[in-house]
Amino acid sequence: MNFKLPSLFSRTSKVERNIDDFFDRVVVAGLLFRQAMQLYIDQGICAEFEDKMARVEALESESDQLRRAIETELYVHTLIPDLRADVMSLLEDVDVLINLFEAGLFKFHIERPQFPAATLPELNRLLHTVCECVELLVTAARAFFRDIQAVRDHNCKVQLLETEADKLSTALLRRIFNSDLDIAHKVHLRYFVERIDELANTAEDISDRLSIYAIKRRI
Amino acid sequence: MDLSFIFFISSGLFLGWSLGANDAANIFGTAVGSRMLRFSTAALVCSVFVVLGAVIDGAGAARTLGSLGGINQIAGAFATALAAALSVFMLVRIGLTASTTQAIVGAIVGWNFFTGALTDTDTLLTILATWVLCPLLAGLFAVLLSRAVEFGLQRFQPHLLTQDSWTRLALIVTGAFGAYTLGANNIANVMGVFIAVSPFQDLDMSGVRVSSTQQLFLLGSLAIAVGVYTYSKRVMLTVGCKLLQVSPVSAWIVVVAHSLVLFLFASQTLERQLIDWGLPSIPLVPVSSTQAIVGAVIGIGLLKGGHSVNWRLVGRIGCGWVATPAVAALICTLCLFVLQNLLHLSVARPQRYLISTAVMERLQEQGFDAAALQPLSAIEYPSARTLITSAQRHLVLDNAAQQALLHASYLGDFFLNAHKIGNLDRQWFSQAQWQALNALAGHRFEYRWQLAQALAALTPAWRHRPDRAANKYFNQDLHQKLSHLYRIFES
Repeated sequence: MNFKLPSLFSRTSKVERNIDDFFDRVVVAGLLFRQAMQLYIDQGICAEFEDKMARVEALESESDQLRRAIETELYVHTLIPDLRADVMSLLEDVDVLINLFEAGLFKFHIERPQFPAATLPELNRLLHTVCECVELLVTAARAFFRDIQAVRDHNCKVQLLETEADKLSTALLRRIFNSDLDIAHKVHLRYFVERIDELANTAEDISDRLSIYAIKRRI
Repeated sequence: MDLSFIFFISSGLFLGWSLGANDAANIFGTAVGSRMLRFSTAALVCSVFVVLGAVIDGAGAARTLGSLGGINQIAGAFATALAAALSVFMLVRIGLTASTTQAIVGAIVGWNFFTGALTDTDTLLTILATWVLCPLLAGLFAVLLSRAVEFGLQRFQPHLLTQDSWTRLALIVTGAFGAYTLGANNIANVMGVFIAVSPFQDLDMSGVRVSSTQQLFLLGSLAIAVGVYTYSKRVMLTVGCKLLQVSPVSAWIVVVAHSLVLFLFASQTLERQLIDWGLPSIPLVPVSSTQAIVGAVIGIGLLKGGHSVNWRLVGRIGCGWVATPAVAALICTLCLFVLQNLLHLSVARPQRYLISTAVMERLQEQGFDAAALQPLSAIEYPSARTLITSAQRHLVLDNAAQQALLHASYLGDFFLNAHKIGNLDRQWFSQAQWQALNALAGHRFEYRWQLAQALAALTPAWRHRPDRAANKYFNQDLHQKLSHLYRIFES
C-alpha cells in the first residue's frame, strides 16, 4: 500500500521539485553558453554552435513555464506568504540570466563579430570568469532555500568574480581600442564585450538583492 | 433555572465575549497576521479547544481565584464580572491592550473594599508576582526556543517550502494547545465568581458525568467562542502586524512560549509532580495571556538586538496593565453602590465575627495571647475590617495571624444538607473523605473550623498533616476542599 502524504506536503514537494528544475535549467543553459562561445572562438558559427543555441532557446522556454507554474502554486495556495514576493523576484531575476544567455548567442549568430587573434586569450578568460560568476549565483540562490548561512559565502565569491570580470573586460576593451581596427569594428566588438560582461553585472545585482532576502529569512 | 440568574450571569458572558475577542486573538494573531492561517481556520480551532480546555481542565485555577474573595451573592458576582468586562472593553476601545485576568482581580479587590471583606494579601501578592513573572518567563522561553529552533534549522536544513508547511502545521497544533490552556486558565476569570451561586445540577448522561461547574464553564467557553468569531479578527491583525513584524517561525515560537507559561500556571498535574519531587511548586493562578504574548515577543525582539521592537507600543501596553485593575476596581465599586443603594440588591452576604469562648480556646491553641483577646470577646463585628481594626489596638497581627483570627471567629450557619452533598464533585474526594462527609449529613455548625474539626474527628483523610515537603500537596488539597465546603454549605 502506498503511503500518501497530506496534500499540503505533496504540494510543497512539487513546488520544491519545480524550483530545483528551474535552477538546473539555468545551470545547463550556462554550460551550453560557455561551450557554444568556445566553439565560436575556435571555429566561428558551426552546426554544433547552432545546436547548442537551439538547446539554450528550448531551456529558456522551459524555465519560463516552470517559473509561471511556481508563481501560480505559491499564490494560489498562499505558500510562504512572508517571503513569496522575494522568491518570485529572485526567480524572475535569475530568469533574466537565461534570457541573456539566449540573446547573447543569437547576437553572435546574427552579427558574427570578428575578434582579432590577440584578444582571444583575454576574451576566453572573460568568458570563463563570467560563466563561473553566474554558476556561483545560482548556487547562492539554491542555498537561499536550504542553507541560509551559505548564501553569504557564495555571494562574496560572486562579487569577487564580478570585479574580476570588470577588470578583464576593461583590459580587453583597451586592447581593442588600442588596435589598428577601424572605429566601426571597434564599436561593434565593444558591444559584444559589454554584452558578455553584463552577465556578471546582472549576477552581482541579483546577489545584492539575495543578501537582503537572506537577512529577511532569518527567524 | 431562575431568570434572575440568567440576567446576572449575562455579565460573565459579556466578560467571556471580551476574553474571546481580545485574549484569544493573542494565540492566533501572529499566524493570521502573517497570513499563514486563514481567519476561519484559526477561529474554528480556537473555539473548539477553548471549550475543551474550560470544561476538562478549568477547575484548578478556578479554586485559587475563589480564595481571593469569597463573593457569595449573585448580585456581587454580577457587578464583579460586569466591571471586569467593561474595563476591558473600554480600554480596548481607547486603544490600550487590556488583560482580562488583571481586570477580574481588580474587580474582586473592589468588591472586597466595598463589602468590608479583607483581601487575602498573600494570594493577592502571589497573583501580582505572576504578573511580573509571567512576561519574564515567556520572554525567557521565547529566547531559549529561538536558539533551539535556529540550531535545529541549521542542522537539518529543510527546504524553505518544507519549513513553511511544517510551520503552518505547528501553528495550528500549538494554537490548539494555546487555546486549550487559555480555556483551562481563563475560564476561572469568566465563570469563577459564579461557582458559589450556580443553580446547575450535576448531569449523568449514559455514564458520562458532567458536573455543575463544568456546565457553567461550558456556557462561559461558548461566550468566549462567540467573542472569537465576532470581534477577534481585527484584534488578531493588530497583534499580528503592529506589535512586531515577526516571521512565521518566530510567530510559532511566541505562541509556544506563551502556551507553556499558561500551562505552567494552570496544570494541576505539573504542580503535583513538582511537589512529589520536593521542588517548589508554581502557584495555580490565572495569568494573563496578553502578558505572556507581549513578554515572548519582547524576548524575540531583544534576541535580535531590540531595534525592531515597537517600544512605544510596549509602553502603552504597560500603561494598560497598570490601568486595568485600577479601572476595574473603580467600576466594580460604582456598580456595587448602584446595586446596593439604588436597586436595593444584596451584593454580599452579611458577615458576622464573634469571639466566643470556644473561639477563644481555639485561638489560644494557635498561640494567640488570651489576655489581649479578652477585650474583643462577646462583641459581634459586622465586617472583617472592623474586627481587624479593633484587634490591632490590642495585638500586633501579621497577615497570617489576621487570616487565622478571621477564620476562627467568622460566625455562620454551615448546614450539611444531604442534597448539597450529593451535588458535590464525587471524583474530587477520596473514599474516606466522602464517607465522613455523608456521615455528617444533617449536622449544623456555627464556625467553619468546627466543621473541619468534625470531619477530622471521623477520618485522618480530613486531618492536616505535619508541615513537611512530602505533605505539602495533601495539605494544599485539603485546604482547597475545605474552603469549597465552607462556600457550598453556608446557608
